[in-house]
Amino acid sequence: MRNGWFRIVISMRDTFGNCIVELARIRDDFVILDADVAGGTGTKLFRSTFSDRFIQCGIAEQNMMSVAAGLSTTGLIPIVTCYAVFASMRAIEQARNSIAYPNFNVKVVASHLGLDVGPDGPTHQAIEDISIYRSIPNFKIVAPADPNEMKAVFPVILNSYGPVYLRTGRSPLPTFLNKDIKFEWGKGQILLEGDDVTIIAVGVMVYRALEAAKRLEKEGISCRVVNMSSLKPIDRELIIDCAKKTRVIVTAEDHNIIGGLGGAVAEVLSENYPVPMSRVGVMDCFAESGDAKELAEKYGLDSKGIEKAVKKILKI
Amino acid sequence: MNCYAGSGHPGGSLSAVEIITYLFHRELNFSINNYQDQNRDRFILSKGHSCLTLYAALAQKGFFDKKEFKKLRHINGMLQGHPDRLKTPGVEFNSGSLGQGFSFALGCALGGKLNNKDFRVYVLLGDGELNEGQVWEGFMFGAFHKLYNIVAIIDNNRFQSDDLNTNITALEPITEKLQAFGWQVIEINGHNFEEIANALERAKKIKGKPTVILAHTIKGKGISFMENNPKWHGSLAPQGEERIIALRECEMDGLEL
Repeated sequence: MRNGWFRIVISMRDTFGNCIVELARIRDDFVILDADVAGGTGTKLFRSTFSDRFIQCGIAEQNMMSVAAGLSTTGLIPIVTCYAVFASMRAIEQARNSIAYPNFNVKVVASHLGLDVGPDGPTHQAIEDISIYRSIPNFKIVAPADPNEMKAVFPVILNSYGPVYLRTGRSPLPTFLNKDIKFEWGKGQILLEGDDVTIIAVGVMVYRALEAAKRLEKEGISCRVVNMSSLKPIDRELIIDCAKKTRVIVTAEDHNIIGGLGGAVAEVLSENYPVPMSRVGVMDCFAESGDAKELAEKYGLDSKGIEKAVKKILKI
Repeated sequence: MNCYAGSGHPGGSLSAVEIITYLFHRELNFSINNYQDQNRDRFILSKGHSCLTLYAALAQKGFFDKKEFKKLRHINGMLQGHPDRLKTPGVEFNSGSLGQGFSFALGCALGGKLNNKDFRVYVLLGDGELNEGQVWEGFMFGAFHKLYNIVAIIDNNRFQSDDLNTNITALEPITEKLQAFGWQVIEINGHNFEEIANALERAKKIKGKPTVILAHTIKGKGISFMENNPKWHGSLAPQGEERIIALRECEMDGLEL
């Protein structure tokens, strides 16, 4: 699984942009909706290559969400693209009432997640989007961990009916998962086996969790690392299995610790197999402008932050 | 229907009766035989709270039995307090949150244009609904994408939930605003079938821009004590003496409730 680390470094938004161009060459059933942020969400190449399937909506995300619902009744699959703060807050009531409640086949693809946004600062750092979308019926949520997984996810979401919220990402990411990785709704993947603690991570935090596990291994702490890219539905069986096997769980997400991955895992554990757990994430505060790497370090979201959480819960 | 439910929005439902009746019985290529066909004409009630009139039209067109009226707004009924496409056959969209039905309709019209389909899209908005910012995002969108195949009809009954529109916010001048947004505007008496028919015909002849019909109407039309009285916006139904008067004025004296 770890062969080829650092082989390719590309952002998830650009990977998404390449995916839709490649898919558009072989299928003509989807359109891209943009709110004047094509450069930010990775759809620029699509815009220049398939201009007739690129729908400019202007800086008007609320209208864009409801327009997408209407488009979906005409035999097209609309893919709404914008920043996560707007997809999950500015236009969330439209996502709920225009898309989720009537159950239309619309895919919402959001970039600019968590502190990974960096210098734009807290107005653009979405730390609530998983929590918000998770509480809306009919929406499924997926956050791939690397470019290879993004390529595996995209055809799956286009081939299954229903509303989906997909998280991409802004910073360049190493490609570390297998090229032939499969994605299945409701299935997490064990990337590394271990006995002492399970680190369940999502998005940019998966690679950091693997880095932390590698260092902890040298200190004699054996970590199981799980990529929980399917946030909803979530892999209940795997979470319970992790609790039974390692008896301690740490979650890691570039998101508020309230209501996101940590919240989802805690819900499963508390109802089925309660074990001690610790949540790595943004500690219910607004962050600040800065380089994404420096922010991750300052707010405890880097591999060292995960390492620290593991040691703390194991009382080492 | 309103009396069975014990609540609802009679005022704005009554102002839209002629518009909805004309569309369903004379205009739309929409029936129980084609309502799931992608090429159907579409009617979207963006002012979803006025669904009493939509439900009456759908029942009249055979989408469901009129006995469903008794279960309107009640548990296990198919007729929800605001339209629900998954529960009620013939309903296009789950409107009720104002502004969204209009944008949804724009999406339908754009899809028709992109797919070279010749269906038309009709969407009914309230004048109070124009308070919503999303509506103006939609007007910009419709003009930019040259959606010649959509007709937005504004039920201009001059009242919104609490009071006259003009006592709530600076809505006027509606016509000039819509023209400035790049739409063709046709003003009519929304209770006159001939004027409705002529406006819909005129809309078909315009190429390259969308049409809005500003239909001047009377809120609570047909029930003397409801007319032009914001109290009857909703959510309520007439009781006692008022109920007897309302039923008499609707020529439904014999109805057992």
